[in-house]
Amino acid sequence: MSQPRLSALLSTALAGLLLASALIAAAGLGDTPRQMHFDARLTPPNLDFWFGTDALGRDVAARTLAGLTLSFWVGSLAALFGTLIALGMALTAMLGPRWDALVSLVIDTLLSVPHLLLLLMIAFALGGGTHAVIIAVALSHWPSLARVLRAELLHLRQAPYVQISQALGKSRGFIVRHHWIPQVLPHCLVGALLLFPHAVLHEAALSFLGVGLSAEQPAIGVLLGESMRHVSGGDWWLGVFPGAGLLLMVLCIQRLGETLRRAWAAR
Amino acid sequence: MLQIDDLSLQLPYYASWWRRQWAEVLAGVSLDVRPGEVHAVIGASGAGKSLLAHALMGLLPAPHRQAGHLTFKGQPLTAARQRQLRGRELALIPQSLSALDPLVRSQRQVRWAAQRAGHTAARAPHTANQALAHYQLDERAQQAFPHQLSGGMARRVLTAMAHVSSAQLVIADEPSVGLDPQQRDRVLNALAALAREGKAVLLISHDLRHALPIAQRVTIMRQGRCLETAPAAAFEGDGHALTTRYAQALWRALPDNHFTSPVTQPAPHVA
Amino acid sequence: MLDASGLRYGVAGQPAVLDDVSLTLDAGEWLGLDGVSGAGKSTLGHLLAGHLTPQAGTVTVDGAPLPRRGLRPVQWLPQSPELAVNPRWRVKQILEEAWTPPDALRDAFGIEPAWMNRFPQALSGGELQRVCVLRALAPGVRYLVADEISSMLDPLTQLALWQGLRRVADERQLGVLVISHDAALLNRLCSRRLTLSDGRLRPPKRYGAPPATAPGQSPASR
Repeated sequence: MSQPRLSALLSTALAGLLLASALIAAAGLGDTPRQMHFDARLTPPNLDFWFGTDALGRDVAARTLAGLTLSFWVGSLAALFGTLIALGMALTAMLGPRWDALVSLVIDTLLSVPHLLLLLMIAFALGGGTHAVIIAVALSHWPSLARVLRAELLHLRQAPYVQISQALGKSRGFIVRHHWIPQVLPHCLVGALLLFPHAVLHEAALSFLGVGLSAEQPAIGVLLGESMRHVSGGDWWLGVFPGAGLLLMVLCIQRLGETLRRAWAAR
Repeated sequence: MLQIDDLSLQLPYYASWWRRQWAEVLAGVSLDVRPGEVHAVIGASGAGKSLLAHALMGLLPAPHRQAGHLTFKGQPLTAARQRQLRGRELALIPQSLSALDPLVRSQRQVRWAAQRAGHTAARAPHTANQALAHYQLDERAQQAFPHQLSGGMARRVLTAMAHVSSAQLVIADEPSVGLDPQQRDRVLNALAALAREGKAVLLISHDLRHALPIAQRVTIMRQGRCLETAPAAAFEGDGHALTTRYAQALWRALPDNHFTSPVTQPAPHVA
Repeated sequence: MLDASGLRYGVAGQPAVLDDVSLTLDAGEWLGLDGVSGAGKSTLGHLLAGHLTPQAGTVTVDGAPLPRRGLRPVQWLPQSPELAVNPRWRVKQILEEAWTPPDALRDAFGIEPAWMNRFPQALSGGELQRVCVLRALAPGVRYLVADEISSMLDPLTQLALWQGLRRVADERQLGVLVISHDAALLNRLCSRRLTLSDGRLRPPKRYGAPPATAPGQSPASR
């Protein structure tokens, strides 16, 4: 096997393995993240609790893993929905000049609102919680990706092979399914990949502000929010481990996505 | 000026997802270019002509295997020397018009080329303007961005950039692609003029018919190999002065000549 | 008969590229079209093949306008085959988007069975151009617009392409509009020639003019 391909394969496999093991481990945790050990509150990392414990004596390691899983699902769903909405809107814009004008207007309007504000408004309006976070992130982030996809589709529409396909009698549906979407898929993948860490961090921000996940759910954002209060006390493990876990997870997702994108685009 | 001895080049490709294999894209290529001469390299697409140009300039993508000797002005042309001389004594007029920076006006691009070639910041504008005028690019063209220029004008800007570098060896990679006859003649004449000034010009093209009037020697390439190097005057009559059958077939296949090939019957002449 | 009459095409705010252009192409006829760059030859080709809609004028085949759905009887062939195929499709898929050509015809164009499973990037320009031509020869196609299809090809590949096309066109009595700068090529292929300049069609200044060099004379010796 050649060097570059081998190293790509190894790093991707590693990323996949790390991610899978984290998710599997989290699934086997059961009640551990919520168990409080009042006699061992705010202990630094030791042999019993590898990542230490928090203010309520809960195992930071268990909470981090559970939090990663939660953030993973919230981030993935938000990124997925956001990307699907963006693709749908970009395709709608291709229906005709009026539709294009309408979609462009919506995009421009949404982009002109500071997106944190938009995020807060939507999450608040939906009453907070996991669902609210996912929907809010998806709705506030689709415009920028939609703009990119629309530009790409506009360019594609003029491509000679698309014109020839029409001249050969292929229906609109055929052209969209077989010519447009495969070309636009790498962009969607990149968009989704970029959206994922964004979504996770926004979930953290929303939870921090009290509009996102409730305090019992150990999402990374909640963990980081809690750790803020103890930073001045020198209890570094409360923030460092969840933060590092988040970083690692984002890197793994990115590696997997990058390999997928390269494999798709290489053909 | 330039001597290529037995150059061979291998590039990697992936037969399946993980198995990398090496394809021989150039094999045993030998030719030389003299000062004041236009040496045309003619071949079909896929014959390796553009790769030859990139190998000479040291612009090949990283994984590659190269063997053979390149000599420029009597000294071996190593990778380090290529880096040093690129844009100064070695100039490439690339095939792709996207070689022009899309965000920069033509005048400025030529000025940059002049500065890269060693002209001082004070002299560069003057040199650039001289070159632009030489290629009949008026004020409007000079202030235009690449996408506003026609194919022919964009090519002339690229040629002007090679001109200001006062390079001794100019390699033109398919300079007449996509141009109408007038623009094509202008660009080719510009290359001939460069040769008349004493530079060595390597013209790479698939267009045998229009390279001949300005070339002194012609090398025919096929599938990465040099088949024959002949003086341009040998391309006449039924091509009997050419030594290889492929070169003869190429000459005879021109619509100006017989428009036939050895394998098939003559095409019905309609006009 | 392919009949274009009174065609007018322009982009809003700019002078019309084509103004009152009319031409006819009979079945089995080879018509040449030349003109300076930017004169509108490609635009005319696109209009005849139905890729563009003219602002005025009509394009009809045997009296009927070009169909909105289904295979159009006029097919356009590109100068750059790389742009005319979906780079993610294999050659087999590209061909079968139009029709399944019989093996005999495929061999006549020198298209090897091994190519079927390859992607367009694996083929050379000349090879891909042959695939594009074969694709355009689906049953029901009566007229071809060949827009500079051989200008990027070397003499031998160019010859093979035109010979193959000639044979099929003669067999099926296809009308072919050859757009090209190459006067010698047009002389060889076409029985009639038109020139496009300033948005209008004119007969050539010198009808049937010989190529710049007489056959057999070396251009280098001029």
